[in-house]
Amino acid sequence: MSAILFDRIDEPGLNDIATYERRGGYEALRKALAQPREGLLEELKASGLRGRGGAGFPLGMKASFIPGADIDKYLVCNADESEPGTFKDRELMQKNPHMLIEGMIIAAFTVGANRSFIYIRGEYVLQADVLEQAIAQAKAAGFLGENILDSGFSLDLVLHRGAGAYICGEETGLLDSLEGKRGNPRLKPPFPANQGLFQGPTLINNVETLATIPAIIRMGGSEYAKLGIENSAGTKLVSVSGNVQRPGNYEIELGMSSRDIIFGLAGGPDEGREVKFWFPGGSSSPVLTAADLDITYDFDAMAKAGTMLGSGAIIVVDDSNSVVDVALTLASFYKHESCGKCTPCREGTNWTVKMLQRVQSGEATPMDLDIIASVQEQIIGNCLCVLGDAMAMPVGSLVAKFRPEFESHIEAARERNGLGLTPPPASEEPVLSL
Amino acid sequence: MTDVTRFTHGSRIPGWDDSVDPNKAPAGIPDLATTPVPAELREEIQAEMAKYPVFRSALIPALHAAQRVHGWCSPEAIEQVAAVMGITPGEVAAVATFYDMFETKPVGTQTIYVCTNISCSLRGGPKILEAMRAAADGDADFNIRAFECLGACDMAPMASVNGEFVGPLAESDCAQIVADLKGGGEVLAAKQLRVRPCADEAGRVDGGQTTTSEVTQ
Repeated sequence: MSAILFDRIDEPGLNDIATYERRGGYEALRKALAQPREGLLEELKASGLRGRGGAGFPLGMKASFIPGADIDKYLVCNADESEPGTFKDRELMQKNPHMLIEGMIIAAFTVGANRSFIYIRGEYVLQADVLEQAIAQAKAAGFLGENILDSGFSLDLVLHRGAGAYICGEETGLLDSLEGKRGNPRLKPPFPANQGLFQGPTLINNVETLATIPAIIRMGGSEYAKLGIENSAGTKLVSVSGNVQRPGNYEIELGMSSRDIIFGLAGGPDEGREVKFWFPGGSSSPVLTAADLDITYDFDAMAKAGTMLGSGAIIVVDDSNSVVDVALTLASFYKHESCGKCTPCREGTNWTVKMLQRVQSGEATPMDLDIIASVQEQIIGNCLCVLGDAMAMPVGSLVAKFRPEFESHIEAARERNGLGLTPPPASEEPVLSL
Repeated sequence: MTDVTRFTHGSRIPGWDDSVDPNKAPAGIPDLATTPVPAELREEIQAEMAKYPVFRSALIPALHAAQRVHGWCSPEAIEQVAAVMGITPGEVAAVATFYDMFETKPVGTQTIYVCTNISCSLRGGPKILEAMRAAADGDADFNIRAFECLGACDMAPMASVNGEFVGPLAESDCAQIVADLKGGGEVLAAKQLRVRPCADEAGRVDGGQTTTSEVTQ
């Protein structure tokens, strides 16, 4: 298959503008600047590229929502990559930063934005340093700044380092953070395309999405759309991690079999171990089991299986791990990262952790599992953003799919603690003494 | 787990109502003319403010700069940022307490984040954290924290040592990291992210003959 994003990405010096240009870099920008904006928008639409950050919203459609009026518009690159299990943007930014910058210039030109920002998570020190150097090079070469390549188009690009908050990967939380506030998500609508950064229309996209744009312009949108399968066009970077022998980033054509990714590319679990369950799209996606390994890896197949492609991060958990530990690790993460703005998420993540701790320590009864499941249901869809849902979906699916293991864990822990076996469920309505 | 102090008579932790003393006027914007701010810090914050159409956007970069100077987001650091940016210390503190990378207590100068999130914990992250703490042996200069996913699950279990990503770590590497830091040299040079090749074969050059060690020079 044809590698687009990872094509010889380990070439020494690719992060330098000279090497990037020698390989045909910034040619797509010249081609784009010579075209009318409507034509570029059509190319993006024709490519069928769906956002690579997690939601999978079509790029062309998102760009077309930006009003054409002559007002201050912004382009923001979401490089906050904090979804557990996801590390694809890191490799792209570190090794081929100019591809992202070129994609951003083309995207900004298409929607008429004159100011752009890369919001990179503060922990990515090396990647931010590489990008900073690349931006300076692009400025010196005239690809950024005033009147780019005599096209009359000007663009300013600022690298903004975050300071460690998962919520800032959520688009409106990111915008608040970029405005120098706490990263609290906003009510939508208005969507960022109408009212985003500094109240102006804002196009906000993931690193991988923007880095794909030069290839789309080079190949032509309809040619790019031939990669992958229907409704899931193109190639996708998948980050495979957890209990596999060769964890890492792989570029695949969408529609590949999940088994080929997990076993073929990443080597599967260690000798003698079996896949117990796996997260197909980051820790926020409902889990799939070994029985689902033959599902193809694309947006529609994952949605049909009741989960999501998300950021393309596959986390494999083998049979040496306890499902209770995994659920508690996940829930603790979301509890820590909940910004606290919406009650269902703030309280729901907090109580889910407490209940799972009871399950782990053996103080729980099977009724607690029902309460855990019901709390998850009440979080989903009831908050401004999907952080709460991001815990509720995987934890809910773990409890639903591995309930017997949760129950036997509770019983074993109760016995260990000398609490006796779980009492059988009462056959009659309990009598309340007032 | 957070280490919130609990008291037998309730949850009235000393200082819990500091910010709501009704007799105390809220702190206003400190005067830049009378607030001592190191010249370099002031210049750096002002340079950051100039990058954005609305200067308030520079608050996170400003706090990063202040933390570099003061070692943590101390009351003086917050006061100085507020003075330079012309906003109240309350607004600055609100942001400083939201983000994980800002320290709100005095800490050591050697910062080690050990990832204990899902992919690292499947490969022994929590044991690395324990081993790292044991290796530092209570040295106050070491700020060792359990951290959420750092985005390097391909090298799990991993840690960020003063911003340098290293992994996959064995428990025995922790003593080496501590020794490297004390010696002031490079940390675990062979296990740094910057020399790690792409897992995808398409990323290799010349059939995988070339290493990536020069990529980020």
